[in-house]
Amino acid sequence: MNTDKTISRRSFLKVSALAGGGMMLSFSWLAGCNPTADEVLTLPKEWFELNSYIKIGENGVITLMAPNPEFGSNVKTSLPMMLAEELDVDWKNVIVEQADFFPDRFQRQFTGGSQAMNSAWKPLRTAGATARQMLVNTAAQTWQVPAGEITTEGGFLYHKAGNKKAGYGEMASKAAGQLVPKDVPLKKLSDFKIIGSSKKNVDGHAIVTGKPLFTLDYKQEGMLIAMIAHPPAFGLKVASVDDAEARSMPGIKDVFVIKTLADDYERNGFDTTSFPELVAIVGNTTWEVMNAKKALKVSWEKAAETSVVVQGWGDKQTVKIPAGLESTDTHRTSMAEMAKKPGKVLRKDGDPEAAFKKAAKVIERTYTAPFLAHNAMEPVNCFAHVTADKAELVAPIQAPEFIQKTLAARLGMPKEKIKIRLARMGGGFGQRAYGHHLVEAAVISQKLNAPVKLVYSREDDMTYGIYRPTYTATYKAALDENNNLIAYQVKAGGIPEGPLGYSQNRFPAGAVDNYLAEEWSQNSNITIGAFRAPRSNFLGGAEQSFLDEVAETAGKDPIEFRLELLERAKNKPVGKENDYDADRYAGVLELVRDKSNWKQVNNGVHRGVSAYFCHNTYVAEVIDLSVKDNKPVVEKVFAAVDCGVVVNPDAAANMGEGGIIDGIGNALYGEMTFLDGVPQKNNFNTYRLIRNSEAPKAIEVHFVKSEKDPTGLGEPLFPPIFAALANALYKATGTRQYSQPFQAITKKPLG
Amino acid sequence: MAIFSLNINGKKQEVDVDPSTPMLWVLRDHLNLVGTKYGCGIAACGACTIHLGDVAMRSCQLPVSQVGNQSITTIEGLSENGDHPVQKAWIEHDVAQCGYCQAGQIMNAAALLKSNPKPTDAEIESAMNGNICRCATYLRIRAAVRTAASS
Repeated sequence: MNTDKTISRRSFLKVSALAGGGMMLSFSWLAGCNPTADEVLTLPKEWFELNSYIKIGENGVITLMAPNPEFGSNVKTSLPMMLAEELDVDWKNVIVEQADFFPDRFQRQFTGGSQAMNSAWKPLRTAGATARQMLVNTAAQTWQVPAGEITTEGGFLYHKAGNKKAGYGEMASKAAGQLVPKDVPLKKLSDFKIIGSSKKNVDGHAIVTGKPLFTLDYKQEGMLIAMIAHPPAFGLKVASVDDAEARSMPGIKDVFVIKTLADDYERNGFDTTSFPELVAIVGNTTWEVMNAKKALKVSWEKAAETSVVVQGWGDKQTVKIPAGLESTDTHRTSMAEMAKKPGKVLRKDGDPEAAFKKAAKVIERTYTAPFLAHNAMEPVNCFAHVTADKAELVAPIQAPEFIQKTLAARLGMPKEKIKIRLARMGGGFGQRAYGHHLVEAAVISQKLNAPVKLVYSREDDMTYGIYRPTYTATYKAALDENNNLIAYQVKAGGIPEGPLGYSQNRFPAGAVDNYLAEEWSQNSNITIGAFRAPRSNFLGGAEQSFLDEVAETAGKDPIEFRLELLERAKNKPVGKENDYDADRYAGVLELVRDKSNWKQVNNGVHRGVSAYFCHNTYVAEVIDLSVKDNKPVVEKVFAAVDCGVVVNPDAAANMGEGGIIDGIGNALYGEMTFLDGVPQKNNFNTYRLIRNSEAPKAIEVHFVKSEKDPTGLGEPLFPPIFAALANALYKATGTRQYSQPFQAITKKPLG
Repeated sequence: MAIFSLNINGKKQEVDVDPSTPMLWVLRDHLNLVGTKYGCGIAACGACTIHLGDVAMRSCQLPVSQVGNQSITTIEGLSENGDHPVQKAWIEHDVAQCGYCQAGQIMNAAALLKSNPKPTDAEIESAMNGNICRCATYLRIRAAVRTAASS
């Protein structure tokens, strides 16, 4: 994303006073979450909107809009902090409200790619600073003094020479009628009072008291509950439905087949749908519909090969969805075969072939990883109420913009008539960027002409698809007689997508004279989607495990070995397309080396290190592992992170801890397999997720002090931990880890 | 369908539901107490944890017909103003990321501290092991339980 994108002028065009007596200011859209009596007393009678993000009440109460959908990365708190900082208000007097999806007023209402902080950094600060300037200009006119003599602090305006003081609320009505000033300067970083100090989750109290925040909690008068039955295997489709018994069950209103996308519909990149034809069961309550679903008898038949046209980020593509019932065993065989063939060359420097011929040592290793299910704790669900002239949805959705277009096409109404409210999501991890559930709920509601909440069972959620792809990568390195790395190559692929497409210019490209990156992929009818740090979530682990082994073969310390390569990339880079800053990369390695006291390893502790750069943030991690009862115990993790300015430090550490533990869990246990198209796990009794006692005993997240624009943290700490763990396990067991999950290996005696 | 008289958060409530209906759905669909979350439906994740008497129970596996006169406490009834020591500790440690599992975590932790007011670290990890947090806030959960235990 473009970090220099200036704030959309459009969002400042609407500058008007809002009559606000009856205006909703509940902390949620649900009746159960109304403001308390005390809160109501302090609510302003009049609200004045200075711009899309900021409303000021006549009594000085300030509402800041959180533009992005919240799925746990803390954007609902951290983004409004940017507004508050430049507006110069006291954080404790601020009310944060989740914005609906409203692209005319808010830019990039998308949660994903760890880009929120970076994308919002200038626009949101500008929105805050501009609103502040409007208040200052208003005070200047009112007091008949130069604007330059007016200062602000904590929601008040001061003209100290004239001994004047006014709250923002006193100036808000006039300020709302001001012309919007241009080119308002932003604060110096050293003047920050809010940014850089830890602020607690604005929904924290609502969360710990069980307030309705999530779509699954949403209710509306007359609302029906819908569930879907999807084919039990990828490669099957609905043949016929015997719904006689299900229809006769208590509380059941209707059973019918829905088609979510027309055959000739040109999809966007987030229109992934595993099963465009589904059976919908609709009734009064969730339990009744769940029971009716069990009584439904659907015959399935094999689906024929199809093609869909997809307009993603790049060129329009026709994607073939093959017929057949696929299995993990056959995937493994075909991936091994594909890996032997030449791939598509993504980058080539020097003459790798010649370098490998003259090498003193050659090391070649192959890494594999399985499909993964996202398993967000809130199962897929969506509320929709579609009438003849409009559609209203409440949804857990990371990417509302894309699905609004899809809804418009499917429902046959202009997108302006489709309102999407952004509920707090009970996790997302990439999966909730794909809005098939919005289309399904809307189609069901449209058919019934009634408000409907679609609810997936956990089993529906886990077996629906949109998984992290399965991958394999073969790395090869050549060392000369002095143990210098003279050639490096990677050939990687996956089903149905390879992992390398956006990463061929990453380290160690640029640090090696002879370099080759090749990729291949193989189609599948098993659907995939973004999963926390897409592609990097495999590459980071594989590459950093391989470099550990290369360093060992070269007889070098793994941190020093990487630093030598980064020094080369800095001083004499190979190629021009290298997409990393060697100094910042080296900086996190040095920081983790110092913080972990790298060379001082306690007795009985086994250490592994790893470093990776993705989503604009640099991370290095060290794991300390011990072995108890033949099981690995992660004693401690040290992380060093360079994400520029750290906006909300404690929340940033929380994000880092989560990424690290999630990575350890997926490395040890994460796996989805298939037999004849059927996902072999469908709930948490078979799909193992990391649990409390398996998490590290301690984690330290250290941030590089930086004045660079902030970058995100949702993803970057996740990929490297796979390798830090693998490298520590090697120290503990003498066995290298080449296949995820590592669980099979750790069943053997350790120590 | 049958009428059940329930004691929930200190209030008598009547529901007319199928006797097999799990308390999870009675709470969520019939009594508008949606703080208790649906996660797995098979008592494998802990998101639906409530108290039956003083004991933590997975409400997804507790049919309404088995409740009888036993009192039920949900997250909404754990404290008057969200000021139960466990809730306060959760805020102090800013535990939540997505927040979806946290009501279940809190109910489980509150039941643990009721039966074992000073748990060891190992006892905390063991007691909290049935509650999945997909965001993996486990370290903060442990720290918050320790803080609540010391308050």
